[in-house]
Amino acid sequence: MTSAGLDATFAALADPTRRAILARLASGEASVTELAEPFDISQPGISKHLKVLERAGLISRGRDAQRRPRKLEAQPLAEATDWLERYREIWEGNYQRLDALLGELKSAQPKPERKKRRLTKPQGEQR
Amino acid sequence: MNDGPMKAALQITTPSDREVVMTRVFDAPRHLVFDAWTKPELLKRWLTGPSGWTMPVCEIDLRVGGRYRYVWRHPGQPDMGMGGVHLEVVVPERIVNTQLFDQDWTGGEGVGTLVLVEHDGKTITTNTVRYSSREVRDMVIKTGMTEGVGASYDRLEELLASQRARGAGQ
Repeated sequence: MTSAGLDATFAALADPTRRAILARLASGEASVTELAEPFDISQPGISKHLKVLERAGLISRGRDAQRRPRKLEAQPLAEATDWLERYREIWEGNYQRLDALLGELKSAQPKPERKKRRLTKPQGEQR
Repeated sequence: MNDGPMKAALQITTPSDREVVMTRVFDAPRHLVFDAWTKPELLKRWLTGPSGWTMPVCEIDLRVGGRYRYVWRHPGQPDMGMGGVHLEVVVPERIVNTQLFDQDWTGGEGVGTLVLVEHDGKTITTNTVRYSSREVRDMVIKTGMTEGVGASYDRLEELLASQRARGAGQ
């Protein structure tokens, strides 16, 4: 998946209403009216969310021309969650390698902590 | 998960609407952890990401105003690079720098703050990234970068599980 594709997926997923819509669609396709029902949002409001989801490739329209039901497209979602899981795994992996390196460094030079040095003037506190 | 409080697993939290914080305890004194983060020959050995990737470029000018540059490489994939400028450097306890990926998937420059606190010979490492906007942070975190942050990730998991349970048959 391109990073632009992922961006669109993440942006689409960042909204709780849109996640709820996806959760609803996970149990089967639904019309816009059916999707709007559980939410305290107007139908045009729901349509806006659906547009975002559609653009991100997370949902598509079913065959029925009358109801125009929306259905879930699982692939982009799976790719997004894979990517997110990978992020955590990457840092777990990094830090496990750091553990091993620190073990080596400790046995190589078991000294007490050096005195603090200030290389440069500290700037104002970061917010 | 029975490692005790001082060998806590990586924790990821969101203290404000633009920040993501990763906390991890290392079983080593602070100056060694600081060295491992700031000396290129050491950093290259662990900040290598997913397996198969290496970090052929690691340049660090550890002064206020000094730049750093990292590039990761994997055969058959485009290089991934990032870099920025040091805003604060306090040896061996604090580094603040700007962070920008070449592909800029974070939608602008972020600010990273690394704080090392030593306690009983161990070092608590807190790595904060402040993103350019709340939207970007939300994009990264709210979708559920970790289960620690949340329910949203569990929801996605459930969503995917129910999708799998339904199978391909529509």
